[in-house]
Amino acid sequence: MSCYDCNRADLLRRAVARAGKGLPEIEPGMPLPAGTGLTRREFVSRTAGLALAVYGGSALTGRAFDEGIAEAAVAPASQQKVLVTIFLNGGIDGLNVLFPAGDPRYYQLRPNIALPQTAGIPYTEDSRLRWHPAASGLAALHDAGKVSVIPAVGYANSNQSHFTSRHYYEVGATDASLRTGWLGRYLDRVGTQDNPLQGLTLDVSLHPSLATASVPVATLAAADQYTFAPPGLPAHPLEASILQEAANIGAAHAKSSDPGLATAGSIAYDSHHLFYELGNFKYGFQSPVQYPSSSDPFPHRLAGLAAMIAAGLPLRVVGLTVGHFDTHATEAAVLQRDLQLASDSLRAFQADLEARGIADRVITHVWSEFGRRGAENASGGTDHGSAGIGFLIGTRVNGQQLGEHPGVTGGLDPSGNLVPTSDFRAVYAALLEQWLDTDGNAILPEASGLQRPALLR
Amino acid sequence: MGGVPEYHGPFGKQQAERLLWRAGFGARAGEAEALTKLGMKHAVHALTRPAPYQLIGPAPVDEKGRPIAPDDAFGHDHLFWLDRMVRTNAPMIERMAFIWHDWFATSNQGVTSQRLMLNQNELFRGNALGSFHDILLDVTQDPAMLVWLNGNQNVKGNPNENYGREMMELFTLGANRGAYTETDVRENARALTGWQGSVVAQQPTAFTFNPARHDTGNKTIFNQTGNFDWTDSCRLCLNHPLHPSFFVTKLWSYFVPTPPDKATVAGLSELYAGKWLVRPVVEAILTHPDFYNGPRMVKPPVVLNAGLLRMRNRYIDTSVWWSLSAQAGQQLFYPPDVGGWDFTRWLDTATFRGRWFIAAIVQGAQTPSGAPSDPKALVQNAIAFWASPTISSTTQGLLQEFAAAQLKRGAAPTDVQTALYRLVASSPDLQTA
Repeated sequence: MSCYDCNRADLLRRAVARAGKGLPEIEPGMPLPAGTGLTRREFVSRTAGLALAVYGGSALTGRAFDEGIAEAAVAPASQQKVLVTIFLNGGIDGLNVLFPAGDPRYYQLRPNIALPQTAGIPYTEDSRLRWHPAASGLAALHDAGKVSVIPAVGYANSNQSHFTSRHYYEVGATDASLRTGWLGRYLDRVGTQDNPLQGLTLDVSLHPSLATASVPVATLAAADQYTFAPPGLPAHPLEASILQEAANIGAAHAKSSDPGLATAGSIAYDSHHLFYELGNFKYGFQSPVQYPSSSDPFPHRLAGLAAMIAAGLPLRVVGLTVGHFDTHATEAAVLQRDLQLASDSLRAFQADLEARGIADRVITHVWSEFGRRGAENASGGTDHGSAGIGFLIGTRVNGQQLGEHPGVTGGLDPSGNLVPTSDFRAVYAALLEQWLDTDGNAILPEASGLQRPALLR
Repeated sequence: MGGVPEYHGPFGKQQAERLLWRAGFGARAGEAEALTKLGMKHAVHALTRPAPYQLIGPAPVDEKGRPIAPDDAFGHDHLFWLDRMVRTNAPMIERMAFIWHDWFATSNQGVTSQRLMLNQNELFRGNALGSFHDILLDVTQDPAMLVWLNGNQNVKGNPNENYGREMMELFTLGANRGAYTETDVRENARALTGWQGSVVAQQPTAFTFNPARHDTGNKTIFNQTGNFDWTDSCRLCLNHPLHPSFFVTKLWSYFVPTPPDKATVAGLSELYAGKWLVRPVVEAILTHPDFYNGPRMVKPPVVLNAGLLRMRNRYIDTSVWWSLSAQAGQQLFYPPDVGGWDFTRWLDTATFRGRWFIAAIVQGAQTPSGAPSDPKALVQNAIAFWASPTISSTTQGLLQEFAAAQLKRGAAPTDVQTALYRLVASSPDLQTA
């Protein structure tokens, strides 16, 4: 993607993000599904004055819904630990995020796109390195002890295909045939059949790391957009009942031996379920901090996420994607813009969690499918490389770098790509074991021999 | 058909519906029944060997009745193609173009010229059931692709690997099959050097092969050495022993949700190898037992949208479809990345919502002047509203219970009727084929 005139893409994003807003509201407040023995529990969040209602009880439709629906949605959630996984899409150029300003070889490899020796601020854990100026938000969080940097993360014999390498990171193993995500398998182990919010993707489609084999997960574009009144049409008198009946029909087909019908059925069921589980949230929320103003949905999604966690929604793992980091050409402008957006948004998210008093419950893991070639190409960009950069963010991480930065003198392999000094599977195993209290070897088929880094303070 | 097995079971309405949905955009009223009379083989040929291309019906307009502006207005490129899917007399041509768009997934997010995207679209339409050899050569020099994967910035001495890699990985050979090495990727990029051109203010400018930018040194690709250029690069990939099996398996995946067995891959490969003709392979897939006997597939969002419009004999009379389709997970000319859309994962709780809106808005706001107060008749009316597709007894039974319960609560029969329209269109029966 050479050009970065994203006006049209931004138009699209805005259009998608706004669809359904400003349209006739025909779902007044909290519609009670008709003819059911519904019970409703309401509680008011301690933060931001959010009124949140969570539907519970065992008889949402009296017929199709499983026993115990939404039981998971209340009590334990307020204490639940959350892991947020954020994918920097396209293979971010770690060598320009944390750049080896002290290494003359860096300037030989990148005569056009190397950052000036005095750009950004020094990286306090390694005097050879400096932060890209656009990463100032991450740098500030790091200096406050809330970021553990993984300067060269990867795996042996790195695959330079976007799709293969990303797949490896998503399934948590260098196995092209695995069909469930590493966090999906975690959810299959600890999750429940009645809580799609346990694995939430805030995007237009499922984050594959969260793909499960058995338990439901949810995808929504943002916290405050999950309404079902068709835009531009007058209110249908039976609107709420129609969605409920679609779920009912879905539940009947969810048991089909035909996987196509079963998928279509269970998604209809899960969508209706999610609609109710989101309660009043789907109509809006407030944030105690300012997020970057952007036509990109990423900061708004993070803002909604903080609000949902604070409100006690039963989230366990959450996936988001940001940026277009496949900088084969005109890297300087692209990286500046998307790194700034990602970094500033993450800083705001962390401040938001702290302002709401829930920061100790959340760790954010930031990753990309690979790093980029040590040398620049002729298009002012870089081609696919090997080891990349990653971050762990939160008040509970110990703020200590995982693995050394290998440098570009002696740290490149014969193909000119950065060699890894930490293994992504070891990071995953450590997150599972130290943060999510789950045996990493039970989730990650290739993790048993790997030494776990210490992550928490 | 060499070693490719053929389906010999019944070819009734359900089989014809599956064929029309997977090889086209669903069935207008009576179309499936008419197709059954031809028998499977002739039914398949009716799709793969269509009469001269025609568009039938009124030209596309926006909600104010103005003609759409495919080159200029955002989203109208999507409407332009959706209109062809709805109005064409040769749905398989558009369905194949749709497959090539995913296969060589190019996004206007990087290209930034709707004109170039539509030119590429015409390339796919023109080659729809023709020669993959021609498609690959045309795509390799296609300006939209040159911009999208940086072929226009791939110069001698300092190659840009982007197109050279995806050409092997996504377009012809496949990853992790031992077909090529990282060295092959780099050498292929050298062979592909020489193209230039750019998009300036959305206008294509000076796309041409410039010999001065081409690396004339020897390259070694797949253990063969020569002063290769872009045509050699295409030739080497097309002649690679692992290309036919990649091609037929990938093509199969657009039509059948279960993977082909080894004998089928071998038979299809034999049909294809050295000739690179698409039509015989497609015909063999559409007459394969797995096509009719296997499980249902979730309809891609654009296919669902076009099909629902056809069922209602409705044409493009609003611009809303591109944004609803985007919410359902598929805006034409904006695939998520060069890997295309994931045709195995159309459905999640977010995209379900987009599909829900599409069904509701194709249906529209009109209410019938009257409706029966008999649940069974209401359900039959609702199925007829959508051109009488096959709906399972499970769904019909639940719809009747719903109608009876709503009537008992005192709901107006006309409201129950329009509720049933939506429920039929949203049912798992119509979301899959």
